[in-house]
Amino acid sequence: MKRTLTSMGAVCLALAVPFGQAVADEDADLVVNGELEITVRAPAPAHVENLDEITSGWVYRSTETQAFQLDDFENPGMIFVDSGLESWTKVEGEAGESCASCHGDAEEMAGVSATYPKWNDNAEEVRTLTMQINACRTEQMGAEEWAYDKSDLLNMTALLASVSRGMPVNVAIDGPAQAAWEQGRDLYYTRTGLLELSCANCHEDNYGNNIRADHLSQGQINGFPTYRLKNARLNGVHSRFRGCVRDTRAETYAVGSPEFVALELYVASRGNGLDVEGPSVRN
Amino acid sequence: MKRTILAAAVAGMGTIAFAETAPSDITFGEYGQIEASLSGQPGDPAAGLEIMVARGKGNCIACHQVTALEEYPFHGEVGPSLDFVGERWEEADLRGIVASAKMTFPESVMPSFYKTEGFIRAGDGYTGRAAVGDIDPILTAQEIEDVVAYLMTLTE
Ligand code: HEC
Ligand code: HEC
Repeated sequence: MKRTLTSMGAVCLALAVPFGQAVADEDADLVVNGELEITVRAPAPAHVENLDEITSGWVYRSTETQAFQLDDFENPGMIFVDSGLESWTKVEGEAGESCASCHGDAEEMAGVSATYPKWNDNAEEVRTLTMQINACRTEQMGAEEWAYDKSDLLNMTALLASVSRGMPVNVAIDGPAQAAWEQGRDLYYTRTGLLELSCANCHEDNYGNNIRADHLSQGQINGFPTYRLKNARLNGVHSRFRGCVRDTRAETYAVGSPEFVALELYVASRGNGLDVEGPSVRN
Repeated sequence: MKRTILAAAVAGMGTIAFAETAPSDITFGEYGQIEASLSGQPGDPAAGLEIMVARGKGNCIACHQVTALEEYPFHGEVGPSLDFVGERWEEADLRGIVASAKMTFPESVMPSFYKTEGFIRAGDGYTGRAAVGDIDPILTAQEIEDVVAYLMTLTE
């Protein structure tokens, strides 16, 4: 071998700006409608050992994509919030109830999104917000479950996120949730598929770097559900996980699986301190 | 280094067959280098270029910037620029890095392109489903040689 690893590091630093990628303004601040300040950078929580600062995925998007979130009239995700609001007051199921008949105005749910996934004592399980919505539907309303990460559910999670915007993510990781959190952490650091890449390889070791045309973020989920310009609809957390695992040429876990619930708890906890900003806009 | 060609004439058939080294049979050097051609044949740099830029093949530019490949967008920043890599490394080193980068760079994020065992949740391409049957390496022995031949052209 001719060169040492040290000189290779120097080569790395000398790397020219890559060609063609859209440029992000990584220093921009997110203020919605000129008044609602969203925390997109925060000190990393103590349990996130390898990061000093946590950042929202918004920070890494191009200036054009970032702009969609500055004004609710420009944010295509807000259309789905309106659909969610229609479901909120709609009576469905044998009990003759709607979400609103138990919970009042949707605004009463401010802060709820920020604490999920969360341990449920009665069910003795960690529930994602999606699971909790479905539990309300089946147990309280006598209505059918909504399909995981499909439109009815995403509209509802978009509504619940929207009323928590500007409130910091604050997911509990201790007590009865700890086992699932640890499982999620193991999954986060496991290198899967023929490409042998873990979540951490891309989102912890390489955030801020381009991978082909994509500008890697920290893979935070404070912006979910996200409206993606690529598929012009809302996207759920587990669907995103599924896409990322698939891209390692791996067999993915299923949307709604216990593994993805645990991973969601862990990834959400990595964002403790960032504000909820869903429905966000991504490319 | 002198290239060792493991070509063997098959008697009686009038054709030439070459001894291909399977992923599990590779002998690595001290720094992870592989001395002999994996296919037993020399690589073709033009074919190597196509593999470097193809998403379903090497997709090397997903992580590496290469000035000579400027016309093929987009280039990543996850790994170092490959400009002048043919000067920095010997052919045997490059063969080792492309076939099994973790032998040279422990814990590297760079995938092993000539590996068939020891994966966690191996998938069937980019389908998200489980791999069925024996796993093929991401690149064949000859494709590794082609990529290495291309990398050797990156001298100035
Ligand atoms: C091969 C690289 C790679 C791996 C491995 C990977 N991701 Fe991603 N991920 C991406 C890219 C590229 C994007 C789109 C740009 C971005 O937001 O980072 C993305 C986006 C995301 C997003 C959306 C972030 C946002 O703000 O909208 C989340 C969440 C995410 N990834 C989580 C994960 C998790 C969890 C894992 C492991 C199960 C994982 N990723 C593994 C490449 C990867
Ligand atoms: C997922 C990212 C990724 C992919 C894909 C990738 N590499 Fe790498 N590569 C790296 C990283 C990171 C390094 C730096 C070594 C380390 O891990 O410390 C590297 C190092 C190298 C080196 C040594 C560079 C030097 O300057 O010393 C060569 C040569 C190389 N890669 C070639 C390739 C080729 C050829 C392909 C495709 C067949 C490829 N790489 C695909 C990430 C990648």
